[in-house]
Amino acid sequence: MWLIDSSIGRKLIMSITGVFLVLFLLFHSCMNIVVIISPEGYNAICAFLGANWYAVAGTAVLAGGFIVHILYALYLTYQNMRARGNVRYAVSKNQKVVDWSSQNMLVLGTIVFGFLALHLYNFWFKMQFVELSGIHTGGSFEPGQGAEFVKQLFSNPIYCVVYIVWLAALWFHLTHGVWSALQTVGLNNKTWLPRVKVISNIISTIVILMFMAIPVYYLIGC
Amino acid sequence: MEKNINVTLKIWRQAGPKVKGEFEIYKLDNVSTDSSFLEMLDMLNEKLIHARKEPIAFDHDCREGICGMCSLYINGHPHGLDGETTTCQLHMRRFHDGQTITIEPWRSAAFPVIKDLMVDRGAYDKIIQAGGYVSVNTGGIPDGNAIPISKLAADEAMDAASCIGCGACAAACKNGSAMLFVAAKVSQLALLPQGKIEAAARAKAMVAKMDELGFGNCTNTQACEAECPKGISISHIARLNREFLSAKFKD
Amino acid sequence: MAKKQESTTVDATKIDARIPEGPLAEKWSNYKAHQKLVNPSNKRRLDVIVVGTGLAGASAAASLAELGFNVLNFCIQDSPRRAHSIAAQGGINAAKNYQNDGDSVYRLFYDTIKGGDYRAREANVYRLAEVSNGIIDQCVAQGVPFAREYGGLLDNRSFGGAQVSRTFYAKGQTGQQLLLGAYSALSRQVGKGAVKLYSRYEMLDVVVIDGRARGIIARNLVSGKIERFFAHAVVIGTGGYGNTFFLSTNAMGSNGSAAVQIYKKGAYFANPAYAQIHPTCIPVHGESQSKLTLMSESLRNDGRIWVPKKKEDAEAIRAGKKKATDLSEDERDYYLERRYPAFGNLVPRDVASRAAKERCDAGFGVGNTGLAVYLDFSTSINRLGENTIRERYGNLFQMYEKIVDENPYNTPMMIYPAIHYTMGGIWVDYELQTSIKGLFCIGEANFSDHGANRLGASALMQGLADGYFVLPYTIQNYLADQIQVPRLSTDLPEFSEAEKAIHTKIEKIMKIQGDKSVDSIHRELGLIMWDFVGMGRNKAGLETALEKIKAVRHEFWTKVYVPGVNADMNVELEKALRLADFIEIGELMARDALMREESCGGHFREEYQTPEGEALRNDEEFSFASCWKFTGEGNEPELLKEALDYEFIHRQQRNYKA
Repeated sequence: MWLIDSSIGRKLIMSITGVFLVLFLLFHSCMNIVVIISPEGYNAICAFLGANWYAVAGTAVLAGGFIVHILYALYLTYQNMRARGNVRYAVSKNQKVVDWSSQNMLVLGTIVFGFLALHLYNFWFKMQFVELSGIHTGGSFEPGQGAEFVKQLFSNPIYCVVYIVWLAALWFHLTHGVWSALQTVGLNNKTWLPRVKVISNIISTIVILMFMAIPVYYLIGC
Repeated sequence: MEKNINVTLKIWRQAGPKVKGEFEIYKLDNVSTDSSFLEMLDMLNEKLIHARKEPIAFDHDCREGICGMCSLYINGHPHGLDGETTTCQLHMRRFHDGQTITIEPWRSAAFPVIKDLMVDRGAYDKIIQAGGYVSVNTGGIPDGNAIPISKLAADEAMDAASCIGCGACAAACKNGSAMLFVAAKVSQLALLPQGKIEAAARAKAMVAKMDELGFGNCTNTQACEAECPKGISISHIARLNREFLSAKFKD
Repeated sequence: MAKKQESTTVDATKIDARIPEGPLAEKWSNYKAHQKLVNPSNKRRLDVIVVGTGLAGASAAASLAELGFNVLNFCIQDSPRRAHSIAAQGGINAAKNYQNDGDSVYRLFYDTIKGGDYRAREANVYRLAEVSNGIIDQCVAQGVPFAREYGGLLDNRSFGGAQVSRTFYAKGQTGQQLLLGAYSALSRQVGKGAVKLYSRYEMLDVVVIDGRARGIIARNLVSGKIERFFAHAVVIGTGGYGNTFFLSTNAMGSNGSAAVQIYKKGAYFANPAYAQIHPTCIPVHGESQSKLTLMSESLRNDGRIWVPKKKEDAEAIRAGKKKATDLSEDERDYYLERRYPAFGNLVPRDVASRAAKERCDAGFGVGNTGLAVYLDFSTSINRLGENTIRERYGNLFQMYEKIVDENPYNTPMMIYPAIHYTMGGIWVDYELQTSIKGLFCIGEANFSDHGANRLGASALMQGLADGYFVLPYTIQNYLADQIQVPRLSTDLPEFSEAEKAIHTKIEKIMKIQGDKSVDSIHRELGLIMWDFVGMGRNKAGLETALEKIKAVRHEFWTKVYVPGVNADMNVELEKALRLADFIEIGELMARDALMREESCGGHFREEYQTPEGEALRNDEEFSFASCWKFTGEGNEPELLKEALDYEFIHRQQRNYKA
């Protein structure tokens, strides 16, 4: 199967799952920003995306995408380390054009993943999972009270800072990820290379700014 | 202006492919800044020979930046810090008096060390043998002007074809990927009507060979482009990806 | 053979070039129509060794394998793609007449003969011009990205020694692109298993059985192991011997050893004295210099060569008190335009080189050594704009800047002549077969097509002509008689003896354990060659050279030090073996130059010049190719002569003035 056997096939999978996740983030951030504009609207969205079959299916697909992206990342990294050989360079430096993030995607990805666990615990577990499973623990919220819940979480400044750090790592991951995905599927050329990078930066920045607006809003609001 | 400098050299010595290597330190005085980096190594070897020691083995041939035989990872960069320069074109005026220069061989699983700073880059030949050509025999060819080719396409093909097969791309890549090398050839031939006919088969065959030989996966870090002595653009990698993916989807 | 003898006093035509009969333009067609061929099933049973993977070697190996022969191909580099053909910059000639400027096969033939100062074989040169067009077609089909016009058709530029634009090019990297084309064709055959490739192998001897070449002995440069290889025919395409001079534009590994080995086995070495000094090289910087870098002749299309008119200015520039740009137009002497108004800066290489030497010797040289002249682009930059110049020569300018650390867009380049190419080489007949049966020699390694001087952009043409279009035909005429010969065992005594002789030689070198490095002796040889067998030669100097080379040989065999062991990678040993052969070639060159009491092309004897300082040929006595036959170690070689009969062209003094 060439999607597993060939390097470009593997990269295609990384690219497609990556783009899919970026699209999800875009959607997620658009949804989130509503909490600032209109808490009622946000609550409505939360209620709408409760334990419906489409939300569940969407979540499953999303989780699948994550898992594939992560597994392939690990596999690719393993192969790449092997390809590098047993002896490392004693001195190795990068030229300026080489983005720091491009060299550290796994590290950034790991940071993102680590915070993701926290995030899932903070929100998804207490909202959708609780609703799905019907197990109510203390501190869980009804989906229709999403805005309230968000406000409560971010009333803790530590959470705000933690989320901001996380989003910064995600920004670095995305700035490389977005254009890299386009390059991998071949949507690039000499003229478009700088443009694709700018587009990549714009998309990442928009997504991250929308996400970040919330903790910042509450942090300033506190 | 020309002057003489003293340098300290930290050079990787390795007696053979299976032997463990290590760094050795050498001092070299009175190196003219007008001499090339390899001439500096010649001086060192001359000194070693006079001291009845074995000279350092390193690959080099044309010494004008075109044969692709020279390699060397110098102070953390393949072919040294300068852009679009091969090691043989690097001059000592780029170093300062008293500087320590670390010289290592290409390090990539697909380029095993033969001796000291010399590596085996036969893998690149094998990739070309897998499909880096247009399948025409000698003779029976239509006139050179029978098929007009746009100047833009010809120029871009020429840019890709400038590759000297030195291996700096794979050496610079943290993933040990040979994508820039493969892309340069696939792209050159895909851009020209003569090569277009076999483009799909070529892309598949060359990528398959590249993977088989143990090169890593490209993660678009651009280190290859930044270190390529011929400044070959990663846009050719995008074209390779296009060619490869469209070939696979057609299957 | 039908040869009309022109009146000449050259004694006996001892050597038969086996030129086919008929009018000049029909010789090659006639040959092909009547030669013997090998049928496809027999081709598979015939082995051919090709030594060298440059333009000639790679194109021959690929073409022979395509035909169905079983090919073994050897190169000393780590990859066939690194052969020094790759460094050719300017272009390749062909008589396409795409520019409608009056070119034709005849004109290319004529220019080449004239450029070679009437010392080449007419029939060979005509064939070269004839097949030149096919080379361009072949390369285009391989995907060689030649420069093109906006309309999509192939572009041309002009080169020295021609009044038409017939040079095809790929930026300043034409040799690279052509070689990569041939390399890709070769790689295709390697992939198919039709060619077995031996890289990092160096041929150390040819094996001759019953008067026919039947294989080679080669050293695996990685393991040091000496190995034997059989073939029904052996083809040598190992390039020229310019590195005899130590400093040359050749690659560090370029050597004349294969030529010396086959010379010692009975192949004639022809015209060794004809070496080309290229006028546009970057001047020497100092003692640690390891090689010289060529700046393409194509630069002379748009660059103007000059030195200061006044000696004071030249002295001031040498002392660093003045710069080139300080001198006004009136203070500059565009000496080529002055001396050769018709061809100006585009005179052939030998003429341009001597003119530069003449100015520098007269005290007008620039640079801190005084051994340099200016190549100035300011006129062209003003006329065409910097961008056009950048497009045409960008990579050359960049190369110059890296070496010299000066920007040639702002200040003129400094150039000086350097050894570049050797027209002489192994004697071959019309079929490219040497005087040993079954042993062929192609490309720069042979002597055939350039006479006493090679025109720019003709080396690539000749290498590929030999490899793609000539040898694949002519070798069949030989191999057709070999189909009954089985694959012989490499245990035969001839193989053992050849291998034993090599072991003895290597052991002898390793045992010397003297105190001189190989390079230091090579530098000494190079200086002797440059001083006495270089651009200007004379009797006394050449006799001195012969004495001095003898001393160098003695020094080598008593004082050289080669570290390490034989049975391992040993770069110093490789160099020592090559140097031993360079010493032999150096002596042959001096001997040949001394014998040839005339000036022609790249061979300039100071005693023989016109009052204006131009080369003065002596067609009465020297219209022959000098073929040197080895007569045993320590003995003087025997001179044989191949008379050059000009049936179709009337010889005249070369004139680039009007």
